[in-house]
Amino acid sequence: MNKHSELAVYNFAYLDEQTKRMIRRAILKAIAIPGYQVPFASREMPMPYGWGTGGVQVTASILGPDDTLKVIDQGADDTTNAVSIRAFFQKVAHVAVTTQTAQATIIQTRHRIPEETLQDNQVLVYQVPIPEPLRFLEPRETETRKMHALEEYGLMHVKLYEDIARNGHIATTYAYPVKVEGRYVMDPSPTPKFDNPKMHRSQALQLFGAGREKRIYAIPPYTDVVSLDFEDHPFEVQQFEEPCALCAASGVYLDEVVLDDRGGRMFVCSDTDYCEKRRDNGHVGHLNGETAGAVK
Amino acid sequence: MYVAVKGGETAINNAHQLLADRRRADRSVPAMHLEQIIGQLGLGVDRIMAEGSLYDCELAALAFKQARGDMIEAIFLLRAYRTTLPRFGYSNPIDTETMLIERRISATYKDLPGGQLLGPTFDYTHRLLDPELMQDLPVEAPTTREAETGPAPRVSEILAQEGLIENDGDLPDDHQTGDLTRQPTEFPMSRDVRLQALSRGDEGFLLALGYSTQRGFARSHPFAGEIRIGEVDVEIDVPELGFAINLGRIRVTECQMVNQFSGSATSPPQFTRGYGLVFGQSERKAMAMALVDRSLRARELGEDITAPAQDEEFVISHSDNVQATGFVEHLKLPHYVDFQAELELVRRMRAEHDRNRPDGNVGETPSETLEAAQ
Repeated sequence: MNKHSELAVYNFAYLDEQTKRMIRRAILKAIAIPGYQVPFASREMPMPYGWGTGGVQVTASILGPDDTLKVIDQGADDTTNAVSIRAFFQKVAHVAVTTQTAQATIIQTRHRIPEETLQDNQVLVYQVPIPEPLRFLEPRETETRKMHALEEYGLMHVKLYEDIARNGHIATTYAYPVKVEGRYVMDPSPTPKFDNPKMHRSQALQLFGAGREKRIYAIPPYTDVVSLDFEDHPFEVQQFEEPCALCAASGVYLDEVVLDDRGGRMFVCSDTDYCEKRRDNGHVGHLNGETAGAVK
Repeated sequence: MYVAVKGGETAINNAHQLLADRRRADRSVPAMHLEQIIGQLGLGVDRIMAEGSLYDCELAALAFKQARGDMIEAIFLLRAYRTTLPRFGYSNPIDTETMLIERRISATYKDLPGGQLLGPTFDYTHRLLDPELMQDLPVEAPTTREAETGPAPRVSEILAQEGLIENDGDLPDDHQTGDLTRQPTEFPMSRDVRLQALSRGDEGFLLALGYSTQRGFARSHPFAGEIRIGEVDVEIDVPELGFAINLGRIRVTECQMVNQFSGSATSPPQFTRGYGLVFGQSERKAMAMALVDRSLRARELGEDITAPAQDEEFVISHSDNVQATGFVEHLKLPHYVDFQAELELVRRMRAEHDRNRPDGNVGETPSETLEAAQ
């Protein structure tokens, strides 16, 4: 059937050029108004909504033939969805891919920011499920847009205050709201709040794509990104009691790995590239050697 | 366990290979041809075209086969292909008045110009399983007669002659028809875009919402003014030529609901409209769409908004099954980074909780907990 051969022909990076232009315009607007959610005519993509279609569209629109792409999910390059998205761009754009943070020009991520500080020649593309930080306080888009326009963020502060009144803490551990350049309250995507400080005055351009919700937003380089808090309850990040069991890193985000059914646990770097690099440089964690095979 | 989560390319490839094997199933049974699917599972193909919003029987049948009969997966496949197609232009509005009618019924008039035509319908069949279909017995050719050539005006036109029904919507002259697939969704929507969303919306979701209006959640007193199924010409204007050229024919199902309306400060008592139009043959979808279209006009008609089916943002944001299935199923993706953050918080709060009640008393009042927390 003739259609078979036609089906196999796709434009560079899948999207047609008109669509890319439309998305680039949205990105430019987003950069011009840091933290503001720009509506865009999101396309259907060949992976399901909620699986990174927004990030994929942003990446497809900024990707050039000379770029080097890294894709991570939960900090790791080898999680199934990261593998799938990386393979997609290899197939439709024939770009170079890497797992090394420093070598990538574009890093698409879900749920983490790499531990290694990003540079000004890098772009971090976030996959965003629900771009609206006020959504769980007010389900209606018509209302939340109004609240952003009026800079009416009292509801968010009340929510955080109620957390403290009930629990003694702000009980938000990921997707922790931030204020961008003193104006828009923004959802950093469901990254653990541990990563929030990395967004502040980052040298890299940070782009956020929400495909199903049809929104793009951005943090230009060197932009103030402040996590919401109170004077007497300042923002804090998670602390881990032990270092990475494989590379002995501390001050990084760790994944908990269940070792057996008797409560055995180990904690390892969520950022697999960071962990591997440290191990290559001779850092040895207290469990390295015994279980490293299982993790690798 | 950890290894199972971190798939890697080999595991993914193996899974896809297994999927292909399961799709083909028993190799001693002949594989289905697309012609068989198009011919014998035609209503399934129609639904895939309607909700995939691409009119191509062959591709829809291919998607059906590739998806192993999973409707939403097939719709998704078709959408993902459709989105890559260049947009050459927009056709002229189809004229269902000139439809080559295969079925046309009205529940509001016993007889009317053009007549009632039952067509190929399940209505009035007894739903008894037919063991004969297990074999390939010869099927009689249908009875035919000379086609009538007289006009079959739409029931809404008949009502409009007397002024009993509202005008069929007014949009400003400079209004450009919206395009759901090329413009960002913004609320409130204009009715043209809303109808596009409903037309590709999930049949089950719209059916349930339409049903809810019949059960009193935004009751709209509907009558099925007319349902017609048949083929219509699709024409496109070519500026260089100065006249419209015919691109071909498509089969559509149209439903015009006629709803009671008691009038408002600005409008006299008259019937109002709910409209449904769907690719292929799908009365259920077209009728549900018409019910929901009418209930979503609540704001425009100055009615109280009390029920889910009247809430545009609720209905349209959740009617697309490709979006819905993707987001529901994305919960399968790893979330362990966020879960780790929650684990840490719950452990910390439990530790504080234990410290605050050395006697292990679990019967504290909420106010004491609050004090302890402070």
